[in-house]
Amino acid sequence: MLKNKDLLGLRNTSAEEITEILDNAEEMKKLVNSGKKSFDLLKGKTLITLFYENSTRTRTSFELAGKYLGATEVNISASSSSVQKGETLIDTGKTLQALKADFIAIRHPMGGAPHLLAKTVGCSVINGGDGMNEHPTQALLDMLTMRETFGTLKGLKVAILGDIKHSRVAKSNLFGLQKMGAEVWIYAPRTLLPKGIDELGAHIAPSREECVAGANAVMGLRIQLERQSGGLFPSLGEYAKFYGVNDDVMKHADGHAIVLHPGPVNRGVELTPQLIDGQTSRIEDQVTSGLSVRMAVLKLLSEYREAHA
Amino acid sequence: MKKLIKGGEVVFADGTEVCDILVDGSKIEKIGKNLDGKGCEVIDASGKTVFPGIIDMHVHLREPGFEGKEDIESGSRAAVAGGVTQVCCMPNTNPVCDNAVVVRYILSRAKEVGLCKVRPIGAITKGEQGETLSDIGKMAKEGAVALSDDGRSVMNSLIMRRGMEYASGFNLKCLCHCEDASLVDGGVVNEGKNSTLTGLKGSPRAAEDIMIARDISLAESLDVPVHICHVSTYSGVDIIRSAKKRGVKVTAETCPHYFILTDDVIDDFDTFTKVNPPLREEKDRKAIIEGLRDGTLDCIVTDHAPHGRKDKEVEYNLAAFGISGIETSFALSYTYLVKSGILSLSQLSVLMAKHPAEILNLEGGEIREGGVADLSVIDLNAKYVIDGQKFLSKGKNTPFNGFEVYGKVLLTLVDGDVKYRA
Repeated sequence: MLKNKDLLGLRNTSAEEITEILDNAEEMKKLVNSGKKSFDLLKGKTLITLFYENSTRTRTSFELAGKYLGATEVNISASSSSVQKGETLIDTGKTLQALKADFIAIRHPMGGAPHLLAKTVGCSVINGGDGMNEHPTQALLDMLTMRETFGTLKGLKVAILGDIKHSRVAKSNLFGLQKMGAEVWIYAPRTLLPKGIDELGAHIAPSREECVAGANAVMGLRIQLERQSGGLFPSLGEYAKFYGVNDDVMKHADGHAIVLHPGPVNRGVELTPQLIDGQTSRIEDQVTSGLSVRMAVLKLLSEYREAHA
Repeated sequence: MKKLIKGGEVVFADGTEVCDILVDGSKIEKIGKNLDGKGCEVIDASGKTVFPGIIDMHVHLREPGFEGKEDIESGSRAAVAGGVTQVCCMPNTNPVCDNAVVVRYILSRAKEVGLCKVRPIGAITKGEQGETLSDIGKMAKEGAVALSDDGRSVMNSLIMRRGMEYASGFNLKCLCHCEDASLVDGGVVNEGKNSTLTGLKGSPRAAEDIMIARDISLAESLDVPVHICHVSTYSGVDIIRSAKKRGVKVTAETCPHYFILTDDVIDDFDTFTKVNPPLREEKDRKAIIEGLRDGTLDCIVTDHAPHGRKDKEVEYNLAAFGISGIETSFALSYTYLVKSGILSLSQLSVLMAKHPAEILNLEGGEIREGGVADLSVIDLNAKYVIDGQKFLSKGKNTPFNGFEVYGKVLLTLVDGDVKYRA
């Protein structure tokens, strides 16, 4: 049983809760992979996806997770909502609550927005990515993918390369993986390395090769193109040359290492096309893991709501 | 009728003593033991402390223009409840206080309200835009006591130089909000472990330090005085300390939130913790206390920045910067600096009253015969829990909710008149 009505981040989620989500997600994934896409676990419940940022895969994943579980699903995007008329997040939340939403999956460009919403409404709030803070379901799907490959997360070395500073994916993975007994190594242009990340337990690698050395999983992070225009690194070419992952870099990793990416990928920048489409890539499988994780989170939050109704 | 404040422990700049204070009109006529109270209104202060009227030289009263957040009346009411008898109000109003008319308006409103003394601070540049000097001479003549573009730095060093130089001709100091806007770059909290933990954009110490160093450098080379606002970094304290050693005419202030809190409190995205400059780390907090102790930092102010609910009940990034602090500055400073054994009560009175008076050439600042009768009677043993909802200020935005503090203001006298009674 989860301990809160919301899933706001992995920082405050225990190893037991993470394990429970992953166990449930694994079951879901088996069923989904076997072709079952219709459940009635969330029958009569309503899921609203409230997205203040563009997203294809996360949003679709949440929508389908809700639909496959039998929930009524509605989505609201910032451009089409009253947000543009200046409505505050708190007022939007109260409106959705009055419409009897049970779950709100929110994506927002500002850190802490889901927390503000969660304090305002009785609905269960699921953080679908908030600013530079967290993206818990992404990290959970990464962990599910790794756990399925290696059987456990304990003792794994996970290398994360790229824009750590602006990456909520890196943050949630850092929090979650450490709780599960894995080590996280990071490598980034110094302008994209956030202050104090080592105090949060990350190992800052002195070189790309040392970051990847012996790693079981190697994750490239999407580089937002506006970071370059913002002067954080000189050019995409230079970024790919010094911070991208290619076959040569992967030679330093463990022989059975897998390649991950939260997507969408800039081909030839964070990862070479050969790696993206190669044997070691789990990028497509990550998407199915994402669907399963979101189904599991909705199921478990629903159980929490039943128990605390 | 004369007033006799009887039997209180009176706080002087160099010590405390139990004595009586005889007030005649707006002045303190006599201080001594067992003064005759015949024909006087006697105020029994036995067992209580008599503290000089606090001079808060960094306050936002918001009027004109932002009366939803605060106005001169609510701000003054809050001030006297906090034992504050004089406030210097920052010019970032609407319209900006960059001309004699707004100075006069503020002074006339303050007179109508008739609670604490309100001393307007004029903007250094027109509209606080950092481009052209405002009507500094005219504002000085009308009663402005200092100049500041508070809320931001004058980014162009040449314009800042001109401002400091020109202002010195009218005996006005520039009070410098030190922040290099290009380095702040949209940061809302201190850059460090906690900005990374929360994903909130950080602003580095360097943003503040560079401007402290620049403004000190200007003051030194021009040989004019300068005052550094709300110092929050350990490194900034060091820059000021070494400048003072060289004899630079620099004074500096800090606020209770910088010597009590660290950025650990941003963890829950509580927008009441959002303040500019941001709350920093433990080593900064300790250095600020050391700066207050060794005289590097001259005074404690509040940077009282009241905001309405709509300014704070939003996402952290969107929330307004600022803390409503004028009602809690004494209790917090007393609890965390005096009761904890770091400073004496006298030293605290110097930081909160005497030094501000000296820095800005204001009356008051200490209890002395012949001096102005601005003072408050405080029960230092009264313990209470801070609750922003109970503030008289319109701004309920305090990060100190739930903090247990000592020191309740029972009565405040301004110019010999009772302006607050608990």
